[in-house]
Amino acid sequence: MSTLLPPKFGPYGGQFVPETLMPALIELEKAFVDAQKDKGFRKEFEGLLASFVGRPTPLTYAKRLSEQLGGAQIYLKREDLAHTGAHKINNALGQALLVKRMGKKRVVAETGAGQHGVASATAAALLGLECVVYMGSVDITRQEPNVFRMKLLGAEVRPVESGTKTLKDAINEAIRDWVTNVGDTHYLLGSALGPHPYPTIVREFQSVIGIEAREQMLRDVGRLPDTVIACVGGGSNAIGVFSGFVDDEHVELVGVEAGGAGIETGRHAARFGDAAGARVGVIHGTRTYVLQDEDGQIAETHSVSAGLDYAAVGPEHAMMRDSERAFYTSATDTEALSAFQMLCHTEGIIPALESSHAVAEVIKRAPKMRKDQVILVNLSGRGDKDLNTVITELGQNL
Amino acid sequence: MNRIEIAFQNKPIFMPYFPLGYPDLETSIDVIEVLANNGADLIEVGLSFSDPLADGPVIQKATQVALEHGITIRKSLTAIAELRKRGVTIPLILMGYFNPMLAYGLEKFVKDAREAGVDGFIIPDLPLEEAAEFQALVGDMPLIQMLAPTSPNERMETIARNARGFIYLVSVTGVTGARTSISEGLADLIARVREHTSVPVCVGFGIGTPEQAKEVGEMADGVIVGTACVRTIGGSENPVETAKEFAKSFKDEMAN
Ligand SMILES: Cc1ncc(COP(=O)(O)O)c(C=O)c1O
Repeated sequence: MSTLLPPKFGPYGGQFVPETLMPALIELEKAFVDAQKDKGFRKEFEGLLASFVGRPTPLTYAKRLSEQLGGAQIYLKREDLAHTGAHKINNALGQALLVKRMGKKRVVAETGAGQHGVASATAAALLGLECVVYMGSVDITRQEPNVFRMKLLGAEVRPVESGTKTLKDAINEAIRDWVTNVGDTHYLLGSALGPHPYPTIVREFQSVIGIEAREQMLRDVGRLPDTVIACVGGGSNAIGVFSGFVDDEHVELVGVEAGGAGIETGRHAARFGDAAGARVGVIHGTRTYVLQDEDGQIAETHSVSAGLDYAAVGPEHAMMRDSERAFYTSATDTEALSAFQMLCHTEGIIPALESSHAVAEVIKRAPKMRKDQVILVNLSGRGDKDLNTVITELGQNL
Repeated sequence: MNRIEIAFQNKPIFMPYFPLGYPDLETSIDVIEVLANNGADLIEVGLSFSDPLADGPVIQKATQVALEHGITIRKSLTAIAELRKRGVTIPLILMGYFNPMLAYGLEKFVKDAREAGVDGFIIPDLPLEEAAEFQALVGDMPLIQMLAPTSPNERMETIARNARGFIYLVSVTGVTGARTSISEGLADLIARVREHTSVPVCVGFGIGTPEQAKEVGEMADGVIVGTACVRTIGGSENPVETAKEFAKSFKDEMAN
């Protein structure tokens, strides 16, 4: 059976799901393709992005950070200023509008950092959908403020106790719910992951980041950036910003994974960074780089940031890595925490711990670049949700 | 005639599922042997995976225990060879998720499975769209295709037409796990599948008691019992003895 859109990114991607879900994927793909052609849909989506999310999000020149690092000029794409505090709302709204189109009434979502859960709960409240969010119990503890937010927004938060009790297990449970209730339920997947058509749909709904950022660079700075940097959990904020620059061959694209306690410790989530621990495999419906043991059991991952703490990476990133169109590196917990503090002090912006990984890479690169060079960082979210974690980690040093 | 065809000479057949390594490897081998000697016509032998997204809590837990006790594909295949040595002649179908097979190496996996005495494969996360790569390797060992209540007619036709061995018809939308009643539309669903194929149609997901098995057996060519088998046998003081009673109770009820 053939798909309407290409289901693979080179050898990656695909649809590795139980038969029960295949018809739902086919229906979703059709709804998405129809919606893309429908001016009314695009108008409604763009209208909500403007009036509800507050787009376009600003491009901020990080003057003091640039000065302190003494090299490249640094610009921040402020997804932290989007309604609900992260880029996740772009995709959640887009998919929720598709749900309306498909005539479904209920959405299930997974969440790690809680940002996608909050975004899904928000979109569901706005559009009158029932919303159930699965969240690992470890993440419930470390992202507690977001749990309250989801509940206030009318969503039901179901703690997941299986496996490692983090994002991977939340996805398992969301899929199990979906397979059981597929007749009236949509799985509102929060990253550029999972079976086709999700990686494509999520990229399209997040591409607004890259489109805006490119226009803003040209308008406000008068040139394109030399380097674009984003953190990579599943890969949605990164693919969103990269998509705006992918055809500008001279713009370097850099994805930053979670280096956790350090690659050499084995306690990390750097799918591209660990030649020994990551191989191409299949998890959650897609073929991509997966942290796993010798026997193909999915590995336990670690990151101080819940949103990057996941064993697999979106399939399009796997392709871009192989083709070397993008370059992937990692930042450790410690590097991310000090980047977090530096951005707080120099710019008056409290970034999400996920986004702090991208800032950590800026701190490494900017000093080696010339003053007339430009880095664009996607600041994917704000850090209010992370205050508990940061206070615990930094303790006395705060 | 191969082992699967021989098994389907006396329909409906009883097909329990049990994972190797649960509650421990030795016991699971004994359990499978005893199931085979007491009425199972075909056994789905479970391979464990850390993220079994098509399974309900009972099978999740059992396969988790098996993994904690160090089960691997290699050990599972050695166990199959051991079962053959002990004189088990019914078809043994491996049921497991795709990633551990990929990690083992697909070609080597199929070759080693054949040598161990495996008769076919069920891979719940390998739908028709992704099956070609594996299909090309299996030769005469069927990759059993699954159909679901959600499969539209056209899709059902394509899958059923190319099916080999038997068809695994998922009776309900959902994960594995016993249900209290047999879904109403099942007879129609089976009839829809039969329009497109002459291979046996077996029904699984949700069948928990001998009475339900009998009811389904009157419509289908085979009855798959997973969760109830794992729960009853795994949860007992003496799994091997319980396995014997379990198999007998299903087989007797289905036969009368
Ligand atoms: C603020 C923020 N940034 C980044 C991520 C990572 O996801 P992705 O790689 O899909 O952008 C998350 C996920 O929860 C997040 O909340």
